[in-house]
Amino acid sequence: MILAALDFQTLSDAVGLGAIYALMAVGIGLVFGVLRLVNFAYGQLIMAGAYTLAFTSTWPLWASILACFAVVVALSLAMETAVFRPLRGQSPAVMLVTTFAIAFLLQAIALIVDLRDGTLGEVAPSLAYLNEPVTIAGAEVRKITLVSIAVAAGALLLLALLLTRTTIGLHTRAAAADFRTARLLGVRANRVIAFSVFLSGLLAAAVAVLMTVQLPLVSPDFALRDTIVVLVGVVVGGIDRLWSATLGGFAIGFVSGLINGLLPTDKTVYLPSAVFALVILVLLLRPAGLFAWGRRAAAERL
Amino acid sequence: MRRSLDALVQLGAPVLLVVAVGLVSTTASPSNQVYFLNALVAVAVVVSIYVFVGNSGVLSFGQISFVAVGAFAAGVMTVPLESKRGVLTTIFPLLRDHTIGNVPSLLLAAALGGTFALVVGLPLMRLTGLAAGIATFAVLEITHNILREWTKIGPGATTLSLVPETTGPLQATLGALVVIGVAFLYQRTRLGRQLRASREDPAAAAGVGVRVHLQRLWAFTLAGALGGFAGGLLVHQLGSITTEQVYLELTFLTLAMLVVGGLTSLWGAVVGALAVSGLDSFLSEAENGIHPFGRGLDLPSGTRLVILASLMAIVLILRPSGLTGGREARLPRLGRRA
Repeated sequence: MILAALDFQTLSDAVGLGAIYALMAVGIGLVFGVLRLVNFAYGQLIMAGAYTLAFTSTWPLWASILACFAVVVALSLAMETAVFRPLRGQSPAVMLVTTFAIAFLLQAIALIVDLRDGTLGEVAPSLAYLNEPVTIAGAEVRKITLVSIAVAAGALLLLALLLTRTTIGLHTRAAAADFRTARLLGVRANRVIAFSVFLSGLLAAAVAVLMTVQLPLVSPDFALRDTIVVLVGVVVGGIDRLWSATLGGFAIGFVSGLINGLLPTDKTVYLPSAVFALVILVLLLRPAGLFAWGRRAAAERL
Repeated sequence: MRRSLDALVQLGAPVLLVVAVGLVSTTASPSNQVYFLNALVAVAVVVSIYVFVGNSGVLSFGQISFVAVGAFAAGVMTVPLESKRGVLTTIFPLLRDHTIGNVPSLLLAAALGGTFALVVGLPLMRLTGLAAGIATFAVLEITHNILREWTKIGPGATTLSLVPETTGPLQATLGALVVIGVAFLYQRTRLGRQLRASREDPAAAAGVGVRVHLQRLWAFTLAGALGGFAGGLLVHQLGSITTEQVYLELTFLTLAMLVVGGLTSLWGAVVGALAVSGLDSFLSEAENGIHPFGRGLDLPSGTRLVILASLMAIVLILRPSGLTGGREARLPRLGRRA
């Protein structure tokens, strides 16, 4: 009965959401790799990008998107200098709670900026035409789904090349594997951290552009819920490796997309419970992550 | 002699602080009194989180689940019988036809919170690090989901109202003191010390015979009971409550209070809760003072949050171990340390 409702549209939407979540997962995983810091304020970077798109919606499209990238990357580098750097080496709890505070701060600022015109929420309509469907082999797919998948695939491919084929990429991977040893071997800590934060900012900006197509109404809590879901996905997938974190992000996006598309809302009231019970089960069986294999997988349980 | 004096100061300082806040609250005008009561209930909630997170060093986002269970249990069971049948039409007949007093409702909240934590903790306490954080967060999500949708045990997504407002200055102060007292006794027992040893070095603690899983489970259960109790205090203070009030925002705010005060000490939990809620109250009063007829969309309505969040971030960046440095209260020492 459920499978009967599984049409191509639902499936492609789910893949599209998975692609966006995978990009967020990479953004969070990159910073975690070098800093061991879970950046809860990542969603607020996306929110800032979405507001930039909304405020510049009268500009030419390329200028608006460029402004979005500039604001998000600047904000994420500022966050690194002002917040992450002084906290380096602190306990995970302190780092995480500080990023809560930063997330609250950015939301509070966004609220003030947003309310200047007296109404809550701004509209970013520039790319709305991407919601129209195109027909591929007899099936209808929304353009944004194709764009999301293409952007995610392209970004991941570029990132993979960057991390494996360049010196700075090699340094970053070394730092993610063992920060202290990497430094002893001459990897410059500030450079690899700034590099990772820069990349993670680029990804946040890309996500902001993609998300505003489907959710053009931007409010201070834009992308907040998505960040929480992605964080769950990243840990369930395995945060220690970038690719398992990415896979975790994609998986949770894909599953959420399928569920939203398939089940009527009156049947989904206890669905969050079922999903989170599954999360607990996976974590109990595979604490280091669903996609983490080898000796690391067993180490994190008492 | 020296050690018992230390212990006296460690317990005495938070107790005096709480009693002082309680006494000041009796002199405040009714409109200001709510701020003091908020602060005292926040102390109870934050100390309950501290009992597990502070002593074990394991991050948990699930402690507000126990506050929520306590709040709704105490709330549903104290709505007066004559109005209950009209308001809570869908709940189980057993719950609908019985009502209990204020103190029994607090005890019930503590018992339910503790039992819930024990059941949940049994598997979950094997996890550490981020896996533990996410798994406890999942518990919060499940609790919220069930409380919101299952209308046989409570009001569901609607507001639970008509709860007797029994948490005045006396009950808020006594309640906070009970939670502080239990937390203090626990951390001085054998169990508490074993858990704190495992926080500093799990491998070494296990090596000298500490059963880390078991010790974490005890602390989690105790924290659940105290959290349920604090939830009871909360619902009796507010008089009406929705599931959204005991969910994400409260989780982040109370965790921030704990970390701002100092994660690893009872003194830190108390100071953090009082400092952050005191600042919050001060700022909201200042907003009202500047704009006595402030319209809802006035600029200052956002500045409170901006200031609060920036101060929290600044404290954490400049003093990552919190305002108290994660130490218990002590007398200023003259000369060299004993």
